[in-house]
Amino acid sequence: MLLDNNRRNPSGILPSEITPQAVFEQRRTVLKAAGVAAASLLLPTQAHAAQTLDFHKTAYGKEEKLTSVEDVTSYNNYYEFGTGKEDPAREAVLFKPTPWTIRIEGAVKQAKTISIEQLMKLAPLEERIYRMRCVEGWSMVIPWVGLPLKALIDWAQPTGNAKYIEFISYNDPRHMPGARIPVLDWPYNEGLRMDEAMQPLTILAVGLYGKVLPNQNGAPVRLVVPWKYGFKGAKAISMIRFVEQMPNTSWMKASAREYGFYANVNPQVDHPRWTQSSEKRIGAGLFAGRIKTRLFNGYDEVGQLYAGMDLQKNF
Amino acid sequence: MPVWICRKISSMTMPQWSSAWSAKVAIKYLKCLIWLGACIPVSRLIYLGVTDGLGANPVEFIERSTGTWALVFLLLSLSITPLRHLTQQAWLIAVRRLLGLWMFAYACLHVTTYLWLDYQFDWADIVKDIVKHPYVLVGATALLLTLPLAATSNQRAIKALKQRWKSLHKLVYVIGVLVLLHFWWLVKKDVTEPVIYSLVFALLIALRWLPFSNNRKS
Repeated sequence: MLLDNNRRNPSGILPSEITPQAVFEQRRTVLKAAGVAAASLLLPTQAHAAQTLDFHKTAYGKEEKLTSVEDVTSYNNYYEFGTGKEDPAREAVLFKPTPWTIRIEGAVKQAKTISIEQLMKLAPLEERIYRMRCVEGWSMVIPWVGLPLKALIDWAQPTGNAKYIEFISYNDPRHMPGARIPVLDWPYNEGLRMDEAMQPLTILAVGLYGKVLPNQNGAPVRLVVPWKYGFKGAKAISMIRFVEQMPNTSWMKASAREYGFYANVNPQVDHPRWTQSSEKRIGAGLFAGRIKTRLFNGYDEVGQLYAGMDLQKNF
Repeated sequence: MPVWICRKISSMTMPQWSSAWSAKVAIKYLKCLIWLGACIPVSRLIYLGVTDGLGANPVEFIERSTGTWALVFLLLSLSITPLRHLTQQAWLIAVRRLLGLWMFAYACLHVTTYLWLDYQFDWADIVKDIVKHPYVLVGATALLLTLPLAATSNQRAIKALKQRWKSLHKLVYVIGVLVLLHFWWLVKKDVTEPVIYSLVFALLIALRWLPFSNNRKS
């Protein structure tokens, strides 16, 4: 049988194994795509340049001078990918933010899951140019693309017991080298009071500079609360929980003396390590000096949320 | 060269002039090497500064770099005494001053960066920063303590101060501890680097307590 087969088909290759000509000719395209993919691994910012988002501009921050996209995407605090500022841009290259779902649970009518695609259709995407003040004493101006967090809250239908909202970040030690080291209590979690979460300034960002959010900035979706220190902005959100008690966040657990739940930008409340009365604007240059930090990072409209509250105590 | 050979050469077999000559050459070469090595970090900073290579936060980059190199030179200068006793090469003492002065040079660059590039000589803010933040306070104290050491790093001061010179320069241990505290308190969460530098410091101190160092002469 074997002999017979070989006589008719001396090469011993089954017809089903022969690559069709069309597929064979595609190999160049495949190789080219592999080449592009390999190159894009080396140049993460250029890989992300491919996916432009549909959004409309808003008046928020249109008078501000933007921090360059290079600085915004190369100087990041994202401990799941390492504690160095340059680590996330390098280590998050292989991270896959799609497919993605967010689990919604706790004090809601019904626990459910939303995909990133559904989320992006809950409200029209808009550009918000916000100042971002890091607790370490530096700041940036970033053109985020996103939607108000309120849109998701309305969709989630929280019950009357929901007093706070808790954000839990994705945690995968296999793909996040920093998450293998217990520098913080993983998964990263952050929280807001419900009225803070409903404030129109609070957004879920899915992009920046008009394009899909780069991995090192918290892809595919992160929280942006411009009047609070940057660490409040949980990245790569995978779960949202509506709760009755104030959440104990990762940074509060790390050092309650240094990081409070509110973490409102406030030049009057000093941090044990860093001066909070002034800040360095990233990209301003070697000789630019510092600029004065403003209460609530200059977003005065949120002041009413804290009327009558002792901001020195509730830092 | 094995230790026993060196010991033999320097103690008896070789004529006096020859061993003195070879030590002189060794000192010269080692000093050249230290100068070359010490110029690399600052040259690199200047090059990166001119070519826009200092990253998103250039001031922080320079502060970190100069601070780290000041600490490295502090540890290098502390390594001379144990190294001398381990290798029996008494002439090594001749390069200690150079290492100490390079520590001082990098500490000065570090502080200048802080005062000028970071705070633009805004003295009100600087005083507030020093008084309010323990890590800045210990750093500033360490710098003040290096001033008398740098000022007395010359033959004239050694002769004039005699025994007191040695006691004065024991301040380097205090400076070491303060600088390490400065480092520990400044990092937010990841203490890997301060741990490594502290271990090296502890090792260099511990080596001074080993039995062989009892017969030291200076």
